Amino acid sequence: MLEKADQVFVLLLHWLVGYLPAAWQPAAGVLLCVVAIIAVYPTLFALAVLLERKGLGRMQNRYGPNRVGPFGILQPVADGIKSLTKEDIVPFTADAVVHFIAPLVLVVAVFMGFAVLPMGRNMVLVDLDASLLFFFAMGASTELSVFMAGWSSRNKYSLLGAMRAVAQMISYEVPLLLSTVGVVMITGSLSLVDIVDAQNRYTWGLAHWNVFKPWGLAGFVMFVIASMAETNRSPFDLPEGESEIVAGYFTEYSGFKFALFFLGEYVGMFGIAGLGTSLFLGGWSSPLAILNWVPSWIWFFSKVMVWICFFIWVRGTMPRLRQDQLMNFAWKFVLPMTLLNLLVAAEWRFVADLWLRWIAGMVIVVGAYVLMGRVGMRREHFGPRTYRYAE
Amino acid sequence: MSFVFYVLAAMTLAGALAAVLLKNLVHCALSLTVAFAGLALLFLELGAQFVAFVQILVYVGAVAILVVFAILLTRSAETPKAGGVFSRTWLAGLSVAAAVFAVLGWAVLESTPWLPQTTEAPAADVEQIGEALMSRYVLPLEIVALLLTAALIGAVIVAMHEKEGAQ
Amino acid sequence: MLGEGILKGLAETAKNFAGSYVSKERLTTVQYPEERIAPIEATRDFPFLVYDGEDWQAGLRCVACQICEKECPPKCIYIEKSKDKKPDYVGKPQIYPARFDIDISVCMSCQICVEVCPFEAIKMDTVFELATEDRFGGLLLDRSKLAKSNEYYHTIHPTEAAEVDARLAEEKAKVEAKARAAAEAAAAKAAAAPAAAAGAPAKTEPPAVKPAGGAE
Repeated sequence: MLEKADQVFVLLLHWLVGYLPAAWQPAAGVLLCVVAIIAVYPTLFALAVLLERKGLGRMQNRYGPNRVGPFGILQPVADGIKSLTKEDIVPFTADAVVHFIAPLVLVVAVFMGFAVLPMGRNMVLVDLDASLLFFFAMGASTELSVFMAGWSSRNKYSLLGAMRAVAQMISYEVPLLLSTVGVVMITGSLSLVDIVDAQNRYTWGLAHWNVFKPWGLAGFVMFVIASMAETNRSPFDLPEGESEIVAGYFTEYSGFKFALFFLGEYVGMFGIAGLGTSLFLGGWSSPLAILNWVPSWIWFFSKVMVWICFFIWVRGTMPRLRQDQLMNFAWKFVLPMTLLNLLVAAEWRFVADLWLRWIAGMVIVVGAYVLMGRVGMRREHFGPRTYRYAE
Repeated sequence: MSFVFYVLAAMTLAGALAAVLLKNLVHCALSLTVAFAGLALLFLELGAQFVAFVQILVYVGAVAILVVFAILLTRSAETPKAGGVFSRTWLAGLSVAAAVFAVLGWAVLESTPWLPQTTEAPAADVEQIGEALMSRYVLPLEIVALLLTAALIGAVIVAMHEKEGAQ
Repeated sequence: MLGEGILKGLAETAKNFAGSYVSKERLTTVQYPEERIAPIEATRDFPFLVYDGEDWQAGLRCVACQICEKECPPKCIYIEKSKDKKPDYVGKPQIYPARFDIDISVCMSCQICVEVCPFEAIKMDTVFELATEDRFGGLLLDRSKLAKSNEYYHTIHPTEAAEVDARLAEEKAKVEAKARAAAEAAAAKAAAAPAAAAGAPAKTEPPAVKPAGGAE
C-alpha cells in the first residue's frame, strides 16, 4: 500500500499511457510529465505568493491579505484574474518583438530546468548524464531574457535594472556553480539522480545527506546565499529595487506579460530550491530511516516549501544591499569560501580516517569562516560610500 | 541527416545570417545567441551532451552577455532610425563571414578525413572527457588555465589602475 | 562573528511572526469596514454649508458674498447670487446663493474657504466614504447636498461649533443692543424734539454707539 502511495504518480502515468499504441507511448509519457510540471509549479507559485504575503504581514505585525475568500486564501485567484484582464501596454518606442519574446524566454528557460530534477523515487523526466550542467545552462539563459526585457523597454529604469540584474547574476553564478562542485567531487557524478541516490543511505537511522558533512554544510550555506542572489530575492533584490528604479527590468510590462515575469521569478525559485534540495538535503529521501514510509514526493515538495519559507523569512528580515556591498560580498567572501570548500571536499575524499577527516574538515571550514568574517568583511568595506564621478 | 538536423541547421544559419545582416547591434547580438543555441542543439543531436550544455552555459550565458555589455558600454543606446531593418554594409559583413567560413572549411577539409566512415557514434560522456582532460590533455589544460589566470590578473590590474585616479 | 546580526534579525522576525498569532496587541491593524475608530475632533476633508433651524433653504447662513469662491486655490467653488433677498439670522435681508457647487474631486481640503468666510457659513466636514460610480456628477455637490444643520456641526466638531455659536450669539446681541439703542435714541429724539433745538440728536447718539464699538 505504502509502496503504491510512493509510486502513485508513476503508476498513474503508466496506466494512462497504457491505453495508447506502443509507438506513441514514450512521446505521450513525456508530454504528460511536461503537462504535470506545468500544472504543479504554477499552483505552487500561487500558494507561495499567498504564503509570502501572509507571512511577511505577520512578520511586520499585520494581517496580510484576508478579504478574498476565507482567511484570504483566494487572493492568488483574484490576482490572477486581475493580471489577465489588465490592459497589455507596450511602450511606443519599445522594440516590440524583443519586448514580446523576453518573458517567453524567461518562462521557457525556467521550466526547462525541472526536466532533470528528481521529484520522487523514479520521478524524473529525463535522467541526463550531465543534468546538473543542464540545469545551470538553463539558469544561465534567464540572464539573457532579463537583459532583453530591460533593453527593449527603452526605459532608463528598465535598462538600469537589467544591467544590475545581469551583473549580479553573473557574479553569483560563479559561487553557485563552485558550491555544487564539492558534491560532484564526492559523488563522482553530474547526474542529479545519482547524487540523490548517493545520499539515500542511512547510518544509525540517520540519512547521509550532504549537508551533514563539513564540506556539505559550507557548500549548502554558500549555495543558499548564491541562490538568493541568483533569483533576485531580498536582500539581493537590487535589480527591482522599488525605491530606486520602480520595478527594474519589468517596469514597462503590464498585464499578462508582467504575470509571466512574476511567475518566472517564483518558478525559478522553486527550481533552485529543488536543485539545492537534491544536492544537499537528500532530494526525495527522508532524514530518518524510520520515516521511510512517507512517500518520497512528499519529502521533496515539503523540503522545497521549507526552502521557500526560509526565503520569505529572510526577505522579511533583511534590508536591501547596496551594489558595492553586493559585489564585495560575492567576490571577497562567497567566492573564496567556495574555493576553500573544494579543498575540504578533496580532503574528505582522500583522508580515510573517519575522525581525522571530520576534524580537519570542520577546522578548515570554521576557521576560514571566522577568519574571512573578521578580515574580509571588516566594517570599512561596508561603511559610507565614497562616490567617484565620471570625467 | 534527419529532419531535426535540417531544422536546427536552418535555425543556426538564420541566426548567424541575422547577426551579420541586421542593423541594430543589440539585435545582432541576440541573433548571434540564437546561432549559439542552435549550435548547442546540434551538439545535443550528435549525442554530445556535455559539449552542448557547456556551449549554452558559456556562450549563451556568458559570451552573449559579454557582447551585449560591450555594445552597451561602448556605444550610445540610440538606434539607427531610418533605412529599414538590414544593415547597409551587409555585403561587407557577408564577405567577411564567407571568408571566415572558407578558412574554417579549408582547415576542416585539410585536417582529417571529414566524412566519418565508422557507423558507431563515439560516446563522449562527462567521464571520458574528464579523464582525457586529466591524463592526456593535462598539459594543454594547465597552459590554458595559466593563460586565463594571466588574463584575469591583467583585467584586475587594468581596473585597479583606473581606481587610482579617483577623486 | 559574521552572521550574528543576521541570526538576531531572523529571531526578531520569527518572534513577530509567532507573536502576531498569540497576542492581539501586536496587530495594530483596524479591520476597517467592520471596525472603525472614532474620528478625532480636528478631522476635516471637504467643506459643507451650515444652516440654522429646520428648513435648510431658509436657514442657510451663506449670503453669496463669493469670498470663498475667489480665495479657493484650486477654484472648486461655483456660486450664483440670487435676485431676491431673504432675512439672515439677525433678520437683516440678505441675498442668498441660488447655486452653490463644490467639486470635491478638485477640492484639496485646505480649509481656506472656512478661514475667509465672515458669516461662519462654510465649515469642514468629516465624511470620507464618498466613493461613487459617477466620476463627474457624483463628485460635484450642489446646495442640497452641501447644506447640513448646525446640530450636525455640533456633533462632528463640538468645541469649534460651540465657539462659533458663542460668537454668533454675541454678534446678534450686539446688533440687537445697537438696534435697541437706536430705537431708544429715536424715542428720546422723538421725546426731545418738541422741547430742544435741532442740535440735540448729535449729542445723544455717541453713548449709544460707543459700547458696541468698545466690545469689538
